[in-house]
Amino acid sequence: MRPILMKGHERPLTFLKYNREGDLLFSCAKDHNPTVWFADNGERLGTYRGHNGAVWCCDVSRDSMRLITGSADQTAKLWNVQSGTYLFTFNFESPARSVDFSVGDKLAVITTDPFMGHTSAIHVKRIARDPADQTSESVHILKKPQGRINRAVWGPLNETIISAGEDSIIRIWDSETGKLLKESDIEIGHKKAITSLVKSSDGSHFLTGSHDKSAKLWDIRTLTLIKTYLTERPVNAVTMSPLLDHVVLGGGQDASAVTTTDHRAGKFEAKFYDKILQEEIGGVKGHFGPINALAFNPDGKSFSSGGEDGYVRLHHFDPDYFHIKI
Amino acid sequence: MTVLNANGSAPAMPPSKLRWGELEDDGEDLDFLLPPRQVIGPDENGVKRAVEYKFGDDGNKIKITTTTRVRKLAKARLSKSAVERRNWAKFGDAVHEDVGSRLTMVSTEEILLESPRALGSKAEESKIAGDNLAQLGKGAVLMVCRTCGKKGDHWTSRCPYKDLAPPTDAFVDKPPMSETVVPGPGGATKPAYVPPSMRAGADRIVGADMRRRNDENSVRVTNLSEDTREPDLLELFRTFGPVSRVYVAIDQKTGVSRGFGFVNFVNKEDAERAINKLNGYGYDNLILRVEWATPRPS
Repeated sequence: MRPILMKGHERPLTFLKYNREGDLLFSCAKDHNPTVWFADNGERLGTYRGHNGAVWCCDVSRDSMRLITGSADQTAKLWNVQSGTYLFTFNFESPARSVDFSVGDKLAVITTDPFMGHTSAIHVKRIARDPADQTSESVHILKKPQGRINRAVWGPLNETIISAGEDSIIRIWDSETGKLLKESDIEIGHKKAITSLVKSSDGSHFLTGSHDKSAKLWDIRTLTLIKTYLTERPVNAVTMSPLLDHVVLGGGQDASAVTTTDHRAGKFEAKFYDKILQEEIGGVKGHFGPINALAFNPDGKSFSSGGEDGYVRLHHFDPDYFHIKI
Repeated sequence: MTVLNANGSAPAMPPSKLRWGELEDDGEDLDFLLPPRQVIGPDENGVKRAVEYKFGDDGNKIKITTTTRVRKLAKARLSKSAVERRNWAKFGDAVHEDVGSRLTMVSTEEILLESPRALGSKAEESKIAGDNLAQLGKGAVLMVCRTCGKKGDHWTSRCPYKDLAPPTDAFVDKPPMSETVVPGPGGATKPAYVPPSMRAGADRIVGADMRRRNDENSVRVTNLSEDTREPDLLELFRTFGPVSRVYVAIDQKTGVSRGFGFVNFVNKEDAERAINKLNGYGYDNLILRVEWATPRPS
């Protein structure tokens, strides 16, 4: 396949997200402007100007009208996707790391980092239909002294919130009461910081990637460990195909560690694994730096990867991808 | 872009109310009218041509021909809202984007979903080949020993199997020396002393067998002179091959040779050659008689 290279960001990529219909791709990077691209040919549609710090995460509403972004400038902003203007700013006391819209887009979960005496927290905010009515009050603030929370998502039917972070434990919270319902088992769980988390397209299971060079597949309701995928590099980003039973892992070491440990320096690849057999199918090379973001198009026919090199690579699969057998 | 004059022959003008024949008279008045835009539809290569006319800055008519080709890179089945989104105006940094911006490029390289197994086996193979070559030699030279024929371990002068009789050239037209095969150890135990009978290549055949074998290769030598002793016979017969035993019959009382002796060769062929060559040979003023000791094994 011939990947389409998009160099819109000057700094490393942090997050990639497709909208529900799969025609728009949102990219966040350490430069302050999230960008939206057309997902078929990679043409840039626009950038969202307004943040003053690295943008860590974003989410788009189901109707592709609203975009929410979390940034290191201690704010999360709501944007009008079409016009590029921001509608509302949520202010926090520490950098906002992860954002996620609930099903129905009426609520959003925003996590903040531990910073200057504040512990990390999970904020649940109400999102108003009409941006004029938007207030910044939180429905809940869940605080528990943990490390940095790298990712928090809504569980099925918005009943739960799932968080994962630097302390390598996955926690499930009740979204109504704020109580901690479950924690992942330390023995079988990740051994190092969890860097990424992605839900399956039907929401029944989710995949976490960690610096302990593995990714694990969990059941979303019971938090039982289903599968483990092993790799040689710390995993920075994970995604799952909505069409086939594939999971994709992306990662790599920091530039400082590369020359001393990796003889194939510079050839960073996104590794495809069979979801059920846990075996590696293949890898897609091309990035010049560790891969920090991965996303699958909801139609399953293309995927994109963002790297430390600032490039977004959009891959449309060849027909024989759909016939891969191990 | 071509510049037409007012009376110009526009190619393939569609029929319109304005007939240029009439124009001729009133050409000046109807200058402002431009021929309409045409689209010459996609031909077999998918190339579409659009011809437009407009007025340039200097008042001249300008003809603009745009040639486009639409190529399908990927198929996207867009929902209605997606199609609408396609037509959104650019915003943010993309507002001033011109067509020539190099932000989005199709990669020149073909990237494949590479199977991990192929790479793994190749790496292993090359490693093994490397090891074999490494085992072969210290330094780039291949050391060959003439005595034992073993390669890569030692030179001839340093052969640990020196006692194998090396070929000499007296009398004998040199048949190719059959190489005694040395089932040597890897040479790693060189420093320790190994008695000849225990050395590699030594005929370690147990007792009776040895004697029996050699007796078949036994050669009787008669009409020896009085002073002939074992060393003389050995010297005479060793040129034919390795000799395992020599015996000269000596009268104990006088200490004089009784005129005959036996030579046991290791190899029968050597014995045969010795017989052929030495029978009738003059040695110490007597003519030797050399024959098989046992009834002839021919």
